[in-house]
Amino acid sequence: MNPRLSAVTRPLLTLFGLVAVWFVVSKVSGTPAYLLPDPQSVAQALWSQRHLLLWSAGTTFTETVLGLLLGTILGSLVALGMVFSPMLQRWLMPLLLLSQAIPVFALAPLLVLWFGFGMASKVVMAILVIFFPITAAFSDGLRRTEIGWLDLARTMNASPAAMLRHVRLPAALPAFGSGLRVATAIAPIGAVVGEWVGASAGLGYVMLNANARIQTDVMFAALLVLAMMAILLWVAVDRILKRVLYWAPDTTAAA
Amino acid sequence: MPDLPVSTAPVTRAQPVAAHGAHAPPGLQIRDLALRYDRRTIFEGLDLDIKGGEFVVLLGTSGVGKSSLVKIIAGLARPSEGSVTASDGQPLQHRIAYMGQQDLLYPWLNVIGNVMLGSRLRREKGDRQRALGLLARVGLADRAQALPSQLSGGMRQRAAIARTLYEDRPIVLMDEPFSALDTFTRARVQDLAAELLQGRTALLITHDPLEACRLGHHLVVLSGHPARLGPPISIHGPTPRAPDDEELLHTQGHLMRVLTELEPK
Repeated sequence: MNPRLSAVTRPLLTLFGLVAVWFVVSKVSGTPAYLLPDPQSVAQALWSQRHLLLWSAGTTFTETVLGLLLGTILGSLVALGMVFSPMLQRWLMPLLLLSQAIPVFALAPLLVLWFGFGMASKVVMAILVIFFPITAAFSDGLRRTEIGWLDLARTMNASPAAMLRHVRLPAALPAFGSGLRVATAIAPIGAVVGEWVGASAGLGYVMLNANARIQTDVMFAALLVLAMMAILLWVAVDRILKRVLYWAPDTTAAA
Repeated sequence: MPDLPVSTAPVTRAQPVAAHGAHAPPGLQIRDLALRYDRRTIFEGLDLDIKGGEFVVLLGTSGVGKSSLVKIIAGLARPSEGSVTASDGQPLQHRIAYMGQQDLLYPWLNVIGNVMLGSRLRREKGDRQRALGLLARVGLADRAQALPSQLSGGMRQRAAIARTLYEDRPIVLMDEPFSALDTFTRARVQDLAAELLQGRTALLITHDPLEACRLGHHLVVLSGHPARLGPPISIHGPTPRAPDDEELLHTQGHLMRVLTELEPK
């Protein structure tokens, strides 16, 4: 089969299969619509609420992307700082672990209290969620630079700054890429959790409202939009990373 | 991908690579060198003189401290005792090029970028024409834009030679650079290295007696616990020597005997 064709048709087939199973289950099981709406009513909800959903998706998307950007910058800076200052590492590591030990769900009300009902609290939440995978992956990559590459650079009389820029940083990019992929996948969690706790916009807010009014079909529609948004964001980041890391061996590509 | 044929000796000999000026390259003086970790002595009392322009091969079995010795000479590690100096009394820094056990090509740079790596690291303006010329000398002119991952093992090692020559340093240290290559590719790359490094002071580390006998003017054996250097063995005649050269076969047999006897049972 043409691999290009299958790359498009396979997810579509999966989607079609899921919808078919959903359709059959909702018809056969006799589950009431407020528990499990059938695909048609969700499609109707998608269409009739399209303006609200699109606008809300825009809000959630903005929160997610802002959190991702700021979290990536912050996480990378912390990773760099920790790699080059063992003292910073000793002081920061317990704090980092602490930030991950407290579930973001538990922090959400506090963050909303501090940063308000607007976008800021959601961005902070997303930052908290993605910060750690970025820092962990990037600092790991920076630490594992091939000794031979560094030795070679040293015999070429490279300054420490040049070693960082031309050896350690590019060598750590694949590890950074893995961290960023994980971060992209979980960043929407931070934004949506924030919206659940207190917001006036966003897909999480739509879901919460629909839930209160038992508009299960709208909840499903919002969930679908959220899933699409998350997948598109991930695919975009993955594409960019593949382009930047064109040199990194992708051993799965041959399969 | 098949290796491109390496240009043959008569063609390359016509244009020597001694681009580092008319000055004779400095020699290396190793005096009373010792390396210890905690209480374990890796080697001690190493004395070795390498005259300017000579190709010396250091042989030894695995774990005897060969790589550590090269790193110390290259300035990448500190000895516990002793010193390494240039025979002309000038500092060694900026005058040593290093080839490691792997080709150490940076996978994110293409071949020409790797050859010109030194310029990039020192923030100098690179000499692209010279780099392309060197790539032509090692038979990689048409692969300048390729990534290292697209090259065969032999090509990668030739790219590493071009990178070493681009540095244009009078002293070249090589730590088993050809050990990962298959026998025939290794022989071709050895020929190339012997030709292109003529006029430079070279120290090659290997565990392969044939490689040592093909390339070296003088051979020394590092052995024992703690390791010491044996008396130098000289081989006459131009390098690279043919594998069936009388002198080579004789010395290789001698070396095998020496190495086998030295190896603890």
